[in-house]
Amino acid sequence: MRRGLPALVSLAVVTAVLIVLPFAIGDYQVGLAAQVGVFFIGVLGLNILTGYSGQISIGHGAFMAVGGYTTAIMSRDHHTNLVLTMLLAFAICFVLGLLLGLPALRLSGVYLALATFAFAVSVPLLPLQYSNFLGGSGGVQTSTTVDNTWLYTAAWASSAILFALAWLLLRGRIGRAFRAVRDGEIAAVASGISLPLYKTFAFGISAAYAGVAGSLFVLATNGFAQPSEFDVTLSLQLLVGAAVAGLGSLWGTLAGAAFIALLPQISTSVPFIGSAHGRDVVFGAAVVLVMLLLPQGFAGLLARLRPSGGA
Amino acid sequence: MASVESPRAQLGIRGGPLRAVLDPVAILLVAAAVALLVGSLRSPTFAELTVQGLGSGAVYGGLALALVLVYRATHVINFAQGELAMLTTYVAYQLMQWGLSYWEAFAATLAIALVLGSVLQVALIRPVQHRSVIAAVIVTVGLFILIDGVVNWVWGGDFKFMQEPFGTGSFDVGGVAIQHLYVGMLGVVLGCVLLVWALFRFTKLGLAMRAAALRPAAAALVGVRVEWMLTLGWGLAALLGAVAGLMAEPSQLFLSPSLMQQILVYAFAAAVLGGLESPAGAVVGGLLIGVFLTLIVGYVPAISSELQLPFAFALLLAILLVKPSGLFGKRQVQRV
Amino acid sequence: MSALLELEDVGARYGPVTALRGVNLQVDEGEIVAVLGANGAGKTTLLRSISGSVRRSGVVRLAGRAVGRGSPDGVARLGIAHVPEGRGTFVELTVAENLRLGAYTRRGAIKDDLARVHSYFPWLDDRSRQQAGTLSGGEQQMLALARALMQRPRLLLLDEPSLGLAPLLVAEVFRIVKELNEREGTTVLVAEQNANAALQTAGRAYVLEVGEVVLSGSSEELGADDSVRRTYLGY
Repeated sequence: MRRGLPALVSLAVVTAVLIVLPFAIGDYQVGLAAQVGVFFIGVLGLNILTGYSGQISIGHGAFMAVGGYTTAIMSRDHHTNLVLTMLLAFAICFVLGLLLGLPALRLSGVYLALATFAFAVSVPLLPLQYSNFLGGSGGVQTSTTVDNTWLYTAAWASSAILFALAWLLLRGRIGRAFRAVRDGEIAAVASGISLPLYKTFAFGISAAYAGVAGSLFVLATNGFAQPSEFDVTLSLQLLVGAAVAGLGSLWGTLAGAAFIALLPQISTSVPFIGSAHGRDVVFGAAVVLVMLLLPQGFAGLLARLRPSGGA
Repeated sequence: MASVESPRAQLGIRGGPLRAVLDPVAILLVAAAVALLVGSLRSPTFAELTVQGLGSGAVYGGLALALVLVYRATHVINFAQGELAMLTTYVAYQLMQWGLSYWEAFAATLAIALVLGSVLQVALIRPVQHRSVIAAVIVTVGLFILIDGVVNWVWGGDFKFMQEPFGTGSFDVGGVAIQHLYVGMLGVVLGCVLLVWALFRFTKLGLAMRAAALRPAAAALVGVRVEWMLTLGWGLAALLGAVAGLMAEPSQLFLSPSLMQQILVYAFAAAVLGGLESPAGAVVGGLLIGVFLTLIVGYVPAISSELQLPFAFALLLAILLVKPSGLFGKRQVQRV
Repeated sequence: MSALLELEDVGARYGPVTALRGVNLQVDEGEIVAVLGANGAGKTTLLRSISGSVRRSGVVRLAGRAVGRGSPDGVARLGIAHVPEGRGTFVELTVAENLRLGAYTRRGAIKDDLARVHSYFPWLDDRSRQQAGTLSGGEQQMLALARALMQRPRLLLLDEPSLGLAPLLVAEVFRIVKELNEREGTTVLVAEQNANAALQTAGRAYVLEVGEVVLSGSSEELGADDSVRRTYLGY
């Protein structure tokens, strides 16, 4: 995240566009733009973990699930205000992330990736087992639903707040500590940085972001939280988004979020490509192509993500 | 010439047979084998579950071996390994629809898998793997999604019925019904694994592949065409995946695109359990996981088959916390 | 004696850093030639630019034919055996497997080669099944030479064979190199910091400083040269 004039100009431009956009496009497109906002938050969070502190997670879809189900259940059972549920999702996922971050300390590189992958596959199966509380395969429905404009506002307002939060965190001591950890753990420890503290914190905060994204995700799908929506491909999608985004720049994260949010949404009216399987084929092919052509992502995340710990 | 223990020995290379006998992991495995044997002799249910577990475990181990081969050679985790195995199983299905017998289709599919794996490495992985391993991994993620879409598009998502290679009968061994199916699964997978092992151990090509995976720079200096060895590694991995897929199908009763998705997770677990660099560890890990999970689900009512996966995850995590580099893995020496 | 190896205006860079510049060098068939120089002078880079392990500019000729800039495996197939810095031993493999790999470019049976190798290093026989990484430093150096010998190379490139070895072992290593040269006719180009040992074995030598050849001549000449004596021979 660069400081200085160019960054401020970018920020101003993006903010202006976001404010004006809903008035210029139709309702369906506003919904799509809202989805980009949702994934913006998710990719931002994953970037903090992966890009800045060098720990790989292929499990953030599971945190989205936790956040989404929090919103759905609180709304279903207590009719809680939806924004409040988002805050709750943030808090719960933060704690969950801290808890997961602790065992993650023992794992590095590819082992961490696989452990988080297993986490991503397992969590969506829990509702099937505990169907009384978690709704089974039928899912959980919120008591109120929202329209696209609400979604858009909530998604991008949250994005703005969380982006600012991330910027504040990363410019200071915490950010420097993260970068030190990413670039060389042993050296970081030798410089007096408490590894467990910062690595766990990175996990917590990125999980919290994913939780908020999950809340919005559920609200975007008619307030319906279902296990099938939170399967492992969601975590893979986030990872792809982070890879395409590169490291932390505003435009990169926007590009990454747009890539994973919009590409699979190709209009159903286009023959073959518009079908569910067609979209998978196109999206998959697009991911492969982007990585072949731009292995460093839009802003070099991949170059920075050097293997840590023997991977 | 005096022989002094070199610092390299500290990297975990064990020497001498006595060390192997006293190794805690070896003791654990022997204890497990003894426990399984005793349990099987005392209870027919236990025996049947153990055989079933070994059968499924063989499939996990086969796919895990494929993952380890690829990882050792190129340091890439191929997320599409399972989907690739599923794709080749559909290819076999199609060949049978066109009139080939089961085993004819089996052989042809293995050959096709070998080629397919090699082509994929050349076309999609080679261009990126030197610039960025992570990018190569993301390519496999894209491949995962792509293959899933293609299979659904070409064959549809509905259930397909494939010919049974082993029938539905069973051997009667002292009152215990041992199904042909699980014996077949175990036999075929282990047979292929043994052939691959023999390739690596006894042939010049196999030695070259090992050298290329272990020390590419030194291997090039002795004349090994390292890139092509890596390509062949991917081809072999795809072949093993094809075997795993074909052996997985009969136990799931029908063929569908989601054939290998859960199995991939177990295969990851097996590969990690074995320590990602150990082919033997991957296979043994698969067998262990297969048996253990089948027994747990069979005997512990609280853990239904739906909880099998989360339970496996919890177990994997527990093992990694105790031994982060897996049962057979070597501790990595980190340089600052 | 015809020239086996010729280097014309060879240079090499690691990114922005020029490690080698304008090197002209020649090794005749059957010679042992040394390349001397301090740490970082470019000796390793010189050998790597011959074997294709680093990108180079300029021309390298083996027996009159230009050696392409391709990969090291192609160079090995031409008959050049490069024992790199650190010996390039496959520490995870056994001694026997290391030797088999040495003969990778050879077609047909290698029994004769194994017999020859064992005549130079008789103790290798007992260690066949031992993991190469458990050998001592001196033994690994011998193994590296044995591996190169299996290749039946026309040209042997040795990178700092004395590194990390006690003086007695250094003498042993160079004795074997000389024997290889005399009995098998193997041409040798050896890069060495240990100028004493190198000059006693080689017939001619080049001196590299900061990537350039600053001096060359017969071993006697260089051994008598004042600047060489002060800088590299220590007296």
